[in-house]
Order: sequence, then C-alpha cells, then structure tokens
Amino acid sequence: MKVRAQVGMVMNLDKCIGCHTCSVTCKQVWTNRPGTEYVWFNNVETKPGLGFPRRWEDNQTWQGGWKLDRRGRLRLRAGGQLRKLLTIFWNPDLPTIDDYYEPWTYDYHTLIDAPLSERDPVARPQSQLTGRRMDVKWGPNWDDMLAGAPETASRDPDLAGLQEQVKLTYERTFMFYLPRICEHCLNPSCVASCPSGAMYKREEDGIVLVDQEKCRGWRFCVSGCPYKKVYFNHHTGKAEKCTLCYPRIELGLPTVCSETCVGRIRYLGLVLYDADRVREAASVPDEKRLLDAQLKVFLDPADPAVQRQARADGIPDDWIEYAQRSPVYALAHRWRVALPLHPEYRTLPMVWYVPPLSPVVNAMEADGYEADPDQLFPAIDAMRIPLDYLANILAAGDREVVRLALRRLAGMRSYMRKLEVLGVRDHQAATAASLEPSEIEAMYRLLAVAKYEDRYVVPQAHSEQAQRLAELPGSCGLDFDGGPGNCGALPRPAQGLNETFMVQDRKVGGHRFVPLPVVNPGPGHGE
Amino acid sequence: MTVEEALLFVALPYSSITLFVAGHIWRYRHDKFGWTSRSTQLLERRWLAWGSNLFHYGALAAIGGHVVGLLIPEQLTHAVGISEGAYHLFAAAAGTVAGLACIAGFVILVGRRAYFPRIRRTTTWTDVVVYLVLAGIIVLGLIETIGFNTLGTGYNYRPTVGVWFRSLLWLHPEPQLIAGAPLVYQLHATLPWILYAVWPFSRLVHAWSLPWQYLGRPYILYRRRYGLARR
Repeated sequence: MKVRAQVGMVMNLDKCIGCHTCSVTCKQVWTNRPGTEYVWFNNVETKPGLGFPRRWEDNQTWQGGWKLDRRGRLRLRAGGQLRKLLTIFWNPDLPTIDDYYEPWTYDYHTLIDAPLSERDPVARPQSQLTGRRMDVKWGPNWDDMLAGAPETASRDPDLAGLQEQVKLTYERTFMFYLPRICEHCLNPSCVASCPSGAMYKREEDGIVLVDQEKCRGWRFCVSGCPYKKVYFNHHTGKAEKCTLCYPRIELGLPTVCSETCVGRIRYLGLVLYDADRVREAASVPDEKRLLDAQLKVFLDPADPAVQRQARADGIPDDWIEYAQRSPVYALAHRWRVALPLHPEYRTLPMVWYVPPLSPVVNAMEADGYEADPDQLFPAIDAMRIPLDYLANILAAGDREVVRLALRRLAGMRSYMRKLEVLGVRDHQAATAASLEPSEIEAMYRLLAVAKYEDRYVVPQAHSEQAQRLAELPGSCGLDFDGGPGNCGALPRPAQGLNETFMVQDRKVGGHRFVPLPVVNPGPGHGE
Repeated sequence: MTVEEALLFVALPYSSITLFVAGHIWRYRHDKFGWTSRSTQLLERRWLAWGSNLFHYGALAAIGGHVVGLLIPEQLTHAVGISEGAYHLFAAAAGTVAGLACIAGFVILVGRRAYFPRIRRTTTWTDVVVYLVLAGIIVLGLIETIGFNTLGTGYNYRPTVGVWFRSLLWLHPEPQLIAGAPLVYQLHATLPWILYAVWPFSRLVHAWSLPWQYLGRPYILYRRRYGLARR
C-alpha cells in the first residue's frame, strides 16, 4: 500500500442552473490571453447535446483514454509509444479548432467611430484567428438550453445504444447541465501520451499540470485526454489545461469555479488512495466494474492502518484529518450518490457528479404527473430513458448504479419533507433509500444546506518543507528566482529544489523516484 | 586560398558554428518557454497531413544521406567493398526519392501557410528567413541529385566537398578542395551555414526535442512539489 492524497471535486448536477458563472470567472482568471480565446478550462454543457469540443465523448473518433488490448493489458487507445513517435509530425487524432469553434470578437470601435447616420452602427464579428470579418457558425455554447437540439442533439454520443430515440420535442424533452473541468485523473492518459514528459501528476495533491518549459507542442495530450480538457495554445504553441487553481488550493482556498458557483453545487475535498493499485483498478475487464474498482482504490481515512501508512508515506497529520471530513469521500464512497464521468475511459477521473433528479421530474411533469416526491421512486424505475442516458454518462451504462444514487436523493427529499413539515422521522423512506436517518440528515446538510465550510474542505499545502530546504547550509545564495545564480557555474535547476519524478515501475508494479533531469544543480542541492 | 574562399569556406562555417552553439545555450537558458514545434495542426489538418509528413520524413532521409556522404570517407566504403558506381547509384536513387518528398512537402507547407489566413497570421519573420534559406538548400540539393547525378554524368563530391567538410571539423580547413567543385555544390555547401546561424533563434530548435526518451518510459509521471527524493 502506498498512500497518496488527491484533491477531488464533486458537482451536484441537480443544483446546477447553467448560469456559466464558473466558466466566465475561470476564463477571466486563466484563459483571458492571446492563443487561449477558444480555451475553456471550465465549461458548462447542456445534455443532451454535442458538448465542447463537439462530440468529445466519441472516442472512436478521437482515440482518447485507455483500452484493454486483446490480452487484457492496459494500453493507450491512440496507440503506444512507437506509434506516437512515428505520427509526431501529424497527429491523426487531433481535433481542429473548428471542432471547438473559431473564436471571435467584435469591431467595437465602429460603435464609437461611425459617422452620424440614420441607423445605429453595428459591431460586426471579427475572427480572433485571422482578424477578418466572419460569420459566426458555432460557439462554445451554441446548443445551450437545447438550442437547435432537433438538429444536433440526436448526434450526442451518449444517446448511442438507447433503444428508443429520446424525443427531443419541446414539451417532452429532458435536459440538464454538465459543468466540466479537468478530471485530474488517478491514471491520466494525457500524462501518458506526452512524449516530452512535460505533463505530470503532483504527488502531494494529485493535480495534473503541464510544465510550460518542457512542453514542446507535440500535442498528443490534447488527443490523448478522453475529456478533451487539455488545450493547445495556438499562440505559444504549447499545451495548457485546468490547474485546479493550484495557487489557491495550496492556500486552502477553493478553486475559482467553486468559489463563484452561485448554485453552490461544487464540493472540494481530499481522497486518500492507494497509488500501488491504480493500474490494477484501471485494468478491470468489465467496464461496469470500473466504478467499484476505483472506489476500492480509495482508502478510508478513519482506518488506523491507513493513517499509519499515510504518515509513513509522508502525508501530514492535518491532511489526514481533513481527509476524514472530506465531502468528496462522503458523497462518492460513503453514500455513493456521486459518480465518475465516463469511467469507461479507464483514467479513474477525480471530478465526480451527483446525478440530477430533475430530468426524471421534468419527464414526469411532461407526462402530466405532479412532481410529488413520494411518486419519485416508481418514476425513477419507470423513466428508463433518462436513467439509461445518465448511466451512459456516469456509470459506463450501468443503470443500477444511477438508480441507487437517484433513489437515495429522492429518499432524502421525501424523508426531509416529512421531517420539516410534520416533524416525523420517516424510517420507511430511509429504509427505501437504504440509509440510516442520521446519514440522510448528514447528506441533506451537505447537499441542500451546503455550508461553505462543509463544501470546501481543503488543507493548506505544507510549504514550510520547501522553506526548510531552501535554508540548507551550502546552498547558493544567488540561486533565487530571478537571481544570477552562478554558484553552479552552468544552468540552474529549472524550478524549485530537489524536484524528483516519481515514476511507475511497470515491471514491479510499484513506484520509484528518479531525479528531475536537470543539469548541474550546484552545491548544496540534490543530497 | 583567396579571400573569398577564406570567407565563404572557413570564416562563414566557423562563425556559423559559434553562433549555433552559443545561440542554443542562450536559447535554452533564457527561452525554454518559447522552445516548441509551434505546430499549426490545430488550425488546419488536411494539407498538413501530406505536407508535414512528406517534408519531415523526406528531410530526415536527406539528412541521413548527408551524414553518410559527408562524414564517411570514400576510402571506408571502398574498403568494405562498395564500388563508386554502386555507391553513386544508391545515393542518386535514395537521394532523389528523399529530395522529391522533401520538396513536395515543403511546397505544400509553404502553400498552406500562404493560402490559409489563420496560418499566415502565425508566421514570423524568422519563419520567412528559414523558409527562404531552406528553399534554396532543397532546390540546390535537387539540382545536384537529379540534374547532376541522375540525369547528368555525375560528380563525385566525396573527395572534394566531403573532405573539406571533415577538414572543418578537424580544425584544419582546406577550402581549396571545395573551391574546385561546381558552383551548385559550392552554393549548396554555403547556404546551410546561414541556416545553422539562424537555427537557435528559430522554431528549428524543436528538432533537438524529438522525444526519444518517450520510448520505454513509464507512462505516468509524478513530481513532488517539495522535499527530497524518498526511497
């Protein structure tokens, strides 16, 4: 067992109102620069819909993520290392910017500069790629709120395999919003796809990042990520992705998208996991067992044996304590109401979703029923299409998993309504949801009351470790950031001190550390 | 040795090599962030499929041919029993294929860059210089390979250009050797020094980043923020 901590996220889809505040604030902070006009580290998609980039879930086309080969071994879907090097001059699986959209602005100056005339001046759209006038044909939220759904939504990859075509007429349709960020996977295929070794997973908090100084723009991470959440900055020629706002996370603050979420749908917390069993969990033959396998990789932070090993593996005590209060662990593991996005990609994603009851409620109302919480149980069982559809998104097609989560959510509503209105603890509703009354009340507090301090349980990073190392005797006094740094005579370490790679050793199935390949770290370093 | 010979075949190569080495050290120390292939595949993919593959594989084959032709002395290939005729035949055939692939790819790439406004906008002046020099080098190389060696009677450059090139490496330059070669050969041997001088300051640096280390590497990389390596 090798215990490692991961900052994970859960989004409660029932409470997402699709306001895109998360996307806008994220963009203002992170991608408001040339080359990233089209980049949305966070975006909100309407489901059913094509998504961003269009049909990103169709990994028959984009070849993202992992698959098992004929002998059951885990392989990158796009092919192995040799194949990558041979196609390095032209990546056959890369989307073009038109699969996202051509970014544009408006020639606003005409609003000010236009001469006096009978008609109001109009600012016309202008491509941010060419600077020319353009006709806007698609955008980041073109099918928001099912706009154009009769034409486009039937091409939603998640509708594949549903026996009855979903009726996308105005009255009968169901929909919900799916906010998406990088999944910061336990088994990230983008990291595995990067030939330069520029992408890495941080050992302390599991955040997946691109080293901008090592990225050489080979762009396999973009196609290798099955969620299409690594983007190519066409101005710098380098890959960029959601950073989980690591400068904030390190201070114990929630990400910008979480902080600014008006629906308070987002949860951030630690999950302790066993790094030695990640590969094994990702290699489970039956896709429907992947969720269980991933849950088994998670470790119970209240278990003394886990705590002992966590301490031995260098996880600070306060982190272990935070892990025990983690809303992510509670929603995903304790109550099983949060589910991973497309577990069948085998990346073991770490942004999970509480499935929405609203499509079921909407469908009921469309059929003329009142959305009585007590009627939800039979409705959940009857509404096969929403259920299958959700299962295609959140459970590799396993309807039972989604059904259990929805029954618990419906049971919680029913139980809490009786408690609030009649003051009665309805043990029958609790039993039907297969939860203890106390658990239901805890779940209610987390999901419905959703206090700030309950939603975001993020420990601060232990930067004093770095400070101690910086003060090591014998280190070069000129080797500070921006300093001349000539004690080591030749190039300084690119960043930080004593950085190491921990690499998975495929032969022994364990891990080992190798020093970051840096030239001549100078005296006092690298002991 | 005339002044022109000294300048073109001694001073130019050594200045170029100096700039090449110093430029790379400078670039690596100060501009790792700018060190990239600067791919435009995101903006256009169909033309690139042909252009990029033809150009890169053609250029790699051509570079391989140059390594063999310039660095391996004629005596060595004779010693292992390869006659001048056989060598010439192979070099002309392989060189023609590589050169045609390279020029075809190059034309597609430049055409694509000129045709699509999106890509034209990403083009820098350094790119233009590199393209001009490259165009000259490739065309001259094709004239040699096809014009001289495939269609014409052939010119054995190995005792002249080849020895001159190696003499530069031994720091005992013998410019008079190349001074006797046909003009096309002299030009084709001169122009690359300009390319090498521009190289560290252009996107060509991505050539040194071809990620061999990816082969056999463990797939998932982890890094620690702080702390010493642990066992």
